[in-house]
Amino acid sequence: MALAACLAALSLTSSQGQETPPAAPQAKPAPAAAVAPEAPSAPEATLEMRVNALEAYLQNTNPEDAFKSLKVKKKNDKGEEEEVFPEGFKQSTLGVAGPGHNGWMMTSTALVLFMTLPGLALFYGGLVRKKNVLSVLAQCLGCAGMVTLLWWAFGYSLVFGKNFASPYLGGSEYFFMQGVDSAPNTDYSFWISHNVFSMYQMMFAIITPALIVGAIAERMKFTAVMTFIGAWMFLVYFPMAHMVWGVTGLMNGVWNKEAVIPAIDFAGGTVVHMTSGWSALVLCMILGKRAGFGKDRMAPHSMVLCMVGTGMLWVGWYGFNAGSALAADGVAANAFTTTTLAAATASFVWALMERVLRGHASILGFCSGAVAGLVVITPACGFVNSTGAVLIGVAAAVVPYIFVMHLKAKFGYDDALDTFGVHAVGGTLGAVLTGFLADKAVNANLDTAVTAAKDAAEPGNGLASLVANGGLVGVQCKAIALTLVISIVATLVIALVLKAVMGLRPTAEVEDAGLDISEHGEEGYLL
Amino acid sequence: MKKIEAIIKPFKLEEVKDALAEIGVEGMTVTEVKGFGRQKGHTEIYRGSEYTVDFLPKIKIEVVLTDALVDQAVAAIVRAAKTGKIGDGKVFVSAVSEAVRIRTDETGDRAV
Repeated sequence: MALAACLAALSLTSSQGQETPPAAPQAKPAPAAAVAPEAPSAPEATLEMRVNALEAYLQNTNPEDAFKSLKVKKKNDKGEEEEVFPEGFKQSTLGVAGPGHNGWMMTSTALVLFMTLPGLALFYGGLVRKKNVLSVLAQCLGCAGMVTLLWWAFGYSLVFGKNFASPYLGGSEYFFMQGVDSAPNTDYSFWISHNVFSMYQMMFAIITPALIVGAIAERMKFTAVMTFIGAWMFLVYFPMAHMVWGVTGLMNGVWNKEAVIPAIDFAGGTVVHMTSGWSALVLCMILGKRAGFGKDRMAPHSMVLCMVGTGMLWVGWYGFNAGSALAADGVAANAFTTTTLAAATASFVWALMERVLRGHASILGFCSGAVAGLVVITPACGFVNSTGAVLIGVAAAVVPYIFVMHLKAKFGYDDALDTFGVHAVGGTLGAVLTGFLADKAVNANLDTAVTAAKDAAEPGNGLASLVANGGLVGVQCKAIALTLVISIVATLVIALVLKAVMGLRPTAEVEDAGLDISEHGEEGYLL
Repeated sequence: MKKIEAIIKPFKLEEVKDALAEIGVEGMTVTEVKGFGRQKGHTEIYRGSEYTVDFLPKIKIEVVLTDALVDQAVAAIVRAAKTGKIGDGKVFVSAVSEAVRIRTDETGDRAV
């Protein structure tokens, strides 16, 4: 106590400057007197309060509300009065993660990593020629390592911090993950650990740039890929993720009262699939076609690996979509269901279209359909019902099918593994369809104080009436337009700068020999 | 001595082998090969990309026989390998000037 008083006195002195040195001894008794009488009188919580706090765990609501009546008024550093718990007040339900929610989120986190390693790596790896299979694996592993470091140092804070008080970027308070510990960060979740939340979100940051790899496969220098992705994370991903998911984000309709564009994106249609897909298109056009494109045989070297990867993506996607509820609750259960329905429908419809229109139901068709279905349901999964999910599944097969089977050839760009056709087209389609099909019966978060009408007694961002009365599609289109502009402009700038400074492509000889042996010094198959 | 080279459909190999064994042919050399004749190849489609595969898998059988056995053997191969559809393959017969059995140094007809 005495030590604390001394420290308080010291900080007072320094903040008041040099002019009033005698203030130090006078200040000494003041904080001591203010703190001393309060400390021993921490009130006891009643059994009812403690039961209410436990019920908050079941309902995924704030356990602090149960003890609200015990709060006392106190002036904070800025001199504003706020309600806080008296010093020494402790409860076993406060500041801890709920085991069920936390367990599900750690599982989801691992599932989303599983989507990249090895899901996406095998899905893409199987689709390239065998001389380039390792380059794809290396780029996926490279994303996992590099993005983790960026996330730890700056990324998490730039996305989910809030001390910049900006709708475009988070804050600096969590740089190097300072203060990110196992207690929940109640800005985002009452019952999952802050560090688990951070790791969960990091897995999204890893898979997003890894998706771009599909468009530029077989022909980009490894160092250029990694440098591009490093810059892209700062210019595209971190700002976009904050805008859509940050509590102060510009487009976070569900959680930000002041969202200028109150759009909804449950698990990352804009943040993950649109950004990666549209950036992939721009990058693959700047990069140019693969040597021998349209002349040489560039068929997938292993449809088996591709199918294995697809299965892993599908399984991992449950963590991606249902995990985005940030709790093991009813919203997660709905997302789990809609994800399954959309993926299965799209996979089957895609193959059926192939069988009817071209004679063969191909494995690549089943796989492409499944991934397209998963992409399109991503922004919608926590907001639509099962009927909406099946409709989305059908659309997810038909639209990307037309794109990759017919339109792509007409445009003539070399999006090697169809990142654009599946992720950009699918992500955009998903964002639009979410606007049509969102149903507040499946997600109570669509109708809260945050989403209340703008002119109500306690004004919100107006999302609830957009969902109920139509008009959400218009807002979704605004979010789509902004995502497009950011992705395209930033990718143009980064890619053109890198092209001038370090060059994007390996020599023709290296490309012909394959990136595996030239860039990584290994071969995929020594059979 | 004559050498018979037969290019056949892979799934006919067992029948051809049995047919040759029946008329007393004791050995043969078999190779997996690729090629095309009138049958041509096929088309593979991966999403929007079509690739024509010109060369189809075939089996090549090589047997060297004494002149007396050749006609019978060619007839056996043709009978066993025939499906009546395009792509059944071909049989070529050519002269062989010498043969040596390495283990015993035997030459000529006794070596085959």
